Amino acid sequence: MRPILMKGHERPLTFLKYNREGDLLFSCAKDHTPNVWFADNGERLGTYKGHNGAVWCCDVSRDSMCLITGSADQSVKLWNVQTGAQLYSFSFDSPARSVDFSVGNKLAVITTDPFMEQTAAIHVKRIAEDPSDQTSESVLTIKAPNGRQRINRAVWGPLNRTIISAGEDAVVRIWDSETGKLLKESEKETGHQKPITSLSKSSDWSHFITGSLDKSAKLWDSRTMTLIKTYVTERPVNACDISPLLDHVVLGGGQDASNVTTTDRRAGKFEAKFFHKILQEEIGGVKGHFGPINALAFNPDGRSFSSGGEDGYVRLHHFDPDYFNIKM
Amino acid sequence: MAEVEATADRLGIDLSGVDWDSIHLPPGEDFGITSDDDQDLLRDDPLEFETGLQNVIVVDNLPIVPPEKFEKLEGVVRKIYSQIGTIKEDGLWMPLNPDTQKTLGYCFIEYTTQQEAELAREKTNGYKLDRSHIFSVNLFDDFDKYMKVPDEWTPAEIKPYEAKENLQHWLTDEKARDQFVIRAGTDTEVLWNDPRQMKPELVYRRAYWTDSFVQWSPLGTYLATVHRQGAAVWGGATAFNRLQRYAHPQVKLIDFSPGEKYLVTYSSHEPSNPRDTHRVVLNIFDVRSGKVMRDFKGNADEFATGGTGGVAAVSWPVFRWGGGKDDKYFARIGKNIISVYESETFTLIDKKSLRVENVMDFTWSPTDPILALFVPELGGGNQPARVSLVQIPSKEELRQKNLFSVSDCKMYWQSNGDYLAVKVDRYTKTKKSTYTGFELFRIKERDIPIEVLELENKNDKIVAFAWEPKGHRFAVIHGDSPRPDISFYTMRSGHSTGRVSKLTTLKGKQANALYWSPAGRFIILAGLKGFNGQLEFYNVDELETMATGEHFMATDIEWDPTGRYVSTSVTSVHEMENGFNIWSFNGKLLYRIPRDHFYQDREKRKKQQEEWDRWVKEWKRLQEEEKVYRQKLRDGEASDDEEEEYEAKEVEVEEVLEVTEEIVAYDFDQ
Repeated sequence: MRPILMKGHERPLTFLKYNREGDLLFSCAKDHTPNVWFADNGERLGTYKGHNGAVWCCDVSRDSMCLITGSADQSVKLWNVQTGAQLYSFSFDSPARSVDFSVGNKLAVITTDPFMEQTAAIHVKRIAEDPSDQTSESVLTIKAPNGRQRINRAVWGPLNRTIISAGEDAVVRIWDSETGKLLKESEKETGHQKPITSLSKSSDWSHFITGSLDKSAKLWDSRTMTLIKTYVTERPVNACDISPLLDHVVLGGGQDASNVTTTDRRAGKFEAKFFHKILQEEIGGVKGHFGPINALAFNPDGRSFSSGGEDGYVRLHHFDPDYFNIKM
Repeated sequence: MAEVEATADRLGIDLSGVDWDSIHLPPGEDFGITSDDDQDLLRDDPLEFETGLQNVIVVDNLPIVPPEKFEKLEGVVRKIYSQIGTIKEDGLWMPLNPDTQKTLGYCFIEYTTQQEAELAREKTNGYKLDRSHIFSVNLFDDFDKYMKVPDEWTPAEIKPYEAKENLQHWLTDEKARDQFVIRAGTDTEVLWNDPRQMKPELVYRRAYWTDSFVQWSPLGTYLATVHRQGAAVWGGATAFNRLQRYAHPQVKLIDFSPGEKYLVTYSSHEPSNPRDTHRVVLNIFDVRSGKVMRDFKGNADEFATGGTGGVAAVSWPVFRWGGGKDDKYFARIGKNIISVYESETFTLIDKKSLRVENVMDFTWSPTDPILALFVPELGGGNQPARVSLVQIPSKEELRQKNLFSVSDCKMYWQSNGDYLAVKVDRYTKTKKSTYTGFELFRIKERDIPIEVLELENKNDKIVAFAWEPKGHRFAVIHGDSPRPDISFYTMRSGHSTGRVSKLTTLKGKQANALYWSPAGRFIILAGLKGFNGQLEFYNVDELETMATGEHFMATDIEWDPTGRYVSTSVTSVHEMENGFNIWSFNGKLLYRIPRDHFYQDREKRKKQQEEWDRWVKEWKRLQEEEKVYRQKLRDGEASDDEEEEYEAKEVEVEEVLEVTEEIVAYDFDQ
């Protein structure tokens, strides 16, 4: 497949998100301005100016009208997708790391980093239908048990009843979204051994995948948090996603900082690895990035995917017909 | 008891008449009933009995001294023996004659390990303390053994002749296929290479067949495997039975003689004293009978090639076989000597080794009993380096050449023994850099003429050199750049058959290795490892490229013995992409076998699929249940959209599977 290279960011990519229809791709990077692109040809539509720090995460509403972004400048902003205008800004006392809309887009879960005296926390905010009614009141705040460890991702569970969080302490937790009580934690032995960098839900929210610096990714059931599958690679995993169409998952990662000088200097060697979801075997890889891959996302139609790397490039790949015929 | 009675009745024995007390079972744990497995091993190699005294040696023929000289003698003995190994606390005991209070003339020495005891025995047996006292040293356990030798000689049993399986069966395969063996993971498989069917056919497969590696014998008759207790060879048409076992604990490396008559096994053991070098044990077995013809024990130093003064490592194979397919001679290099043995008696020719000062390296001619030796430069240039050809067994020097300003050299024989190329690295006048040239010996011609060949660009580094098997040409890869040049030369040129001449030079090739076909004429110019497995199939007769190919990350290339096929493989350096490709001699890719995926366990896959399906069913069910709630969350907006979503997905999948082309007919007259 010939990739489309999109150079819109001057700094490393942090997150990629497709809208529900799969025609728009939102990219966040450390350069303060999220971009939006057409997902089929990689043409850029626009940028959202307003943040003063690295933008770590974003999510887009079901109707593709509203975009929420979390940034290191301690704010989470709501935007009008079409016009690029900023609708609202929530401010926090520490950098915001992860954002996720609930089913129905009435609530958003936001995590903040540990910062000076602040401990890491999970916040739930109400999102009003009409932006002018928006307030910054928190519906719920959950303090992380391990306050000094970052929570890298927090997402809504099915039916918004639960919040699933994962972070630097390598533990995946399920919280009750009404009361904020901790419902379940992943086991120490079977869970990840190093910080979890990424978390991605399946298209029907029934299962999700977590990627970790321990060079593996794990597949879990969203309701019971049972560990279903594990995928092992040779590199620390920075990003992962589940294909909505076929039984594949994709992992992307990087190099341990200590190994940087001894890596192969051939350009374009960092690859996104595809695994068979059920058989846990590697089926292939797509090379091309000049630096570690930080973000991965499948298009909701499953026919293309995009990857964002440390090199500031977003690569959009449409799958060849062969991809759909892969037999195991 | 009832059984015993029944048996007795059957045999006609009257039980009442039996005196139970007079029955003695044979001594030993197994009551004389040997188990099948251990039988061969135990018989051939009686292992040490657990007497706990295997670290003890007895030194005899010591001087008999009165108590005053006692300490002095003990000190001398201790000094000699502690150099070899660590004597245990109170390990040295010199018994005294109770009447005369003088020493009895022998002593016991106990070491910390058995290997040290054996080493001490070898080294000091025959040691001359002074003219009248020559040490006689034995292992304590050996005494036991010698005493048990029966007085009468019983003739050895002759086993009845069993027709063994035809080991050469693979040669008569109707489709003229060759077998090859691959190891992947824990399985080892022998397969037929069947290029017409575009895939290999499994002949035999066995898990855990070998502990470390497998090796074909040179003519392909046997397959050897290596295990903890020794080596074994297998063969046969289809069944690959174990033909013979060779006991050699902790064997690390094996080597067949070219005619497949003998097998050399090598093991290296950790010394108990960390400052000592490793102990090396080499055994030479007769392949068909499994008997040890000769063994060699010693320190690693003795078997190292004349090293460059640093840590001398044992290079394998230690013994190099010579004299063609008869396996007549084998030789090894040591410090300043080359020991040549003949395989009739397994002793040194003329009972002594060939003494060559500072000899660094030697090679046999592949077909004739001729040795080529290299002696490096000495004395800062006062004594030049030398290459000599020595005839065995006469030890006559056939030809010799002095070489000046030499920093290193390497010898390459042509497969028929017709030519010898010596690659010589020389210092330039300023001694700052080296340049390389070749000395080409024409062995089969009278007086063995020598020619000197230098590359056009003298400063080019030689990356690789290879003779054409059975031919008169050779190829050289030279150059410093990432794309070196490859030159082809012939020893026979059109106008004057006495001069080497260049055929052609290919410039800027991505190659670092040369693989000639065993029949000659074709060669693969390969760029392994750093060059990403670029392959170029070149026809040397026509001097043109037949095809190029690539096997990403290829690490090994091997031709089949007939020269029809080549395999390129990726061995387990990388976890992914292991497997191999089979090409035809002219560069057509016939088939490839990725190892990880090929023989996956079907059962496991089915199970995984079933388990997954169960999850999916569960999820679907929950999804349905929750649909109502989801709708509510979305203010009733969800239902239609969701259904659309699913339907849309289905449609899409169908689209993928049915790719139809429609040719729209145009009406041109419009």
